[in-house]
Amino acid sequence: MADSGAGNPGDPRRRKALQEMARFGGGAAVAATMLTGFGVSSRAKPAQTLRPPGALPEKQFLSACVRCGLCVRDCPYDTLNLSDWADGPAVGTPFFVARNVPCEMCDNIPCVKACPTGALDHSLTDIAKAKMGVAVITSRETCLNLQGLRCDVCYRVCPAIDKAITLETSHNARTARHAIFEPVVHAEYCTGCGKCEKSCVLNDAAIKVLPIEIAALKQDEHYLRGWEEKKKSGAPLVDAPLKLPVRKPDAGGAP
Amino acid sequence: MTANARPYREARAQKGLWASTRFLVLRRISQLSFLALFLSGPLFGIWIAKGTLASSMTLGVLPLNDPFIFLQSLAARHWPEGVAILGTAIVLGSYLLLGGRSYCAWVCPVNPVTDLAAWLRRRLGITYTAKVRPELRLYFVVGVLAASAVSGSMAWELINPITALHRALVFGLWSGACGAGAIFIFDLFVAKHGWCGHLCPVGAFYGQIGRVSLLRVAADNRAACDDCMDCFAVCPEPHVISPALRGERSGTSPVIASGDCTLCGACIDVCSKRVFNLGLRARSGVAPTNSATVTASASQVAPTRRSPERVAP
Repeated sequence: MADSGAGNPGDPRRRKALQEMARFGGGAAVAATMLTGFGVSSRAKPAQTLRPPGALPEKQFLSACVRCGLCVRDCPYDTLNLSDWADGPAVGTPFFVARNVPCEMCDNIPCVKACPTGALDHSLTDIAKAKMGVAVITSRETCLNLQGLRCDVCYRVCPAIDKAITLETSHNARTARHAIFEPVVHAEYCTGCGKCEKSCVLNDAAIKVLPIEIAALKQDEHYLRGWEEKKKSGAPLVDAPLKLPVRKPDAGGAP
Repeated sequence: MTANARPYREARAQKGLWASTRFLVLRRISQLSFLALFLSGPLFGIWIAKGTLASSMTLGVLPLNDPFIFLQSLAARHWPEGVAILGTAIVLGSYLLLGGRSYCAWVCPVNPVTDLAAWLRRRLGITYTAKVRPELRLYFVVGVLAASAVSGSMAWELINPITALHRALVFGLWSGACGAGAIFIFDLFVAKHGWCGHLCPVGAFYGQIGRVSLLRVAADNRAACDDCMDCFAVCPEPHVISPALRGERSGTSPVIASGDCTLCGACIDVCSKRVFNLGLRARSGVAPTNSATVTASASQVAPTRRSPERVAP
């Protein structure tokens, strides 16, 4: 464009250069647009694929992960994989499937340390605070404990036993003589390591670790729990209930 | 231009086998060494370089990061951790010394694929080539960064055949090799040096570093050129040669200044007259307008196959 003699608007060389610029610039723009669409669609991630501990929320993760595989290499239990085209998560990014190999929750979190870019957040230093996902009893109808049997395996393998999973007893109405020991997940303590899902004795696990967005753990902000608000403010939020006069049919003064 | 189908024949006859294949052998050794550093861990348990070409850690102390991937990350609005910044600085500094696109010729795993396609092209006499402007790859650089910014993900890394091939080799994710297969077919049947020379935004990015980098190829002995065209036949970026090789009368420096030059040394290998050599950008011995000695020696060399359509720009 800037070559001498081609600056004159009527110059055929200038016209040709402009045409070519438009043509190739247009071609590149089409390619870039397709690439953008591809980039956006790559955010879709199958629910059974979990990110390593400390992973930023999926959208930020994809802007940070350079797909080097250093976390995969430094995982001592071969939990992590790099995604191939057919695996689902954006190609080249790390993931694990709890039912295959769960996270062993190493104290020193080597995968996070290995990450050169901070796609795995280096401020995560206590693995018990990891949020890779959250366990959910996905099938109450097949869970052995909920049938009144004593399986308890998910509860016993949980690294945060009695915190992330507790057993809640209730009356077994079927036998009328036994108790049901229901495994209950407490999301606050669940790291999403997936050991419960891995060890579930059923062919299809009745407890599964889901990504937090799918498990929908966030309480809607517009619903307030009265008893909590009361504790926060130290007093009832509304005035004491009105004392209404008792009206009985025979108390006289019928309208 | 009718390129010689057997360009190395004359060089081999004149200089011997080693002097006419030296850079090719060294490049293959270099490419294999980089791969071996990454593969010794997964294959034999000897961990030297962990990771991939996108980002790696050598012996637990030396971080290396691809600067183009770093740029995509910035475009996607993520400011990486210190290790990635340090690794990027080390890589950038190295290529500022060693020539930007030396990455393409000496490290990139796609290079053997495109070299094979180019060699087969010569052997099979395939002359058809689609016309693709080399500037297109610069548009791609801008396009990739724009796509990263809009989608908020490293857009190019979703399809980048270089890192995909490297992951395929190092991590055994074989579908990543499909891109390299497509490049091979494209280079062989569609466009000569089509991928590296016209499309690849990674090469285009490194080419920008190459515009100022220190190590260069130069046609220092250009007076001896007999216009056999062999260097044009083997060069993956033939347009970079002319200004240096034919710039004698216009007083242009014999240094190949274009960032597009991959420093592959194919021109050095193939030239039977030893016109080219590798050296630093700043020349002390050969001044660009050293016409007295140049013309004297040029007159002694009888032009054998002078092609009329190739004139100094």
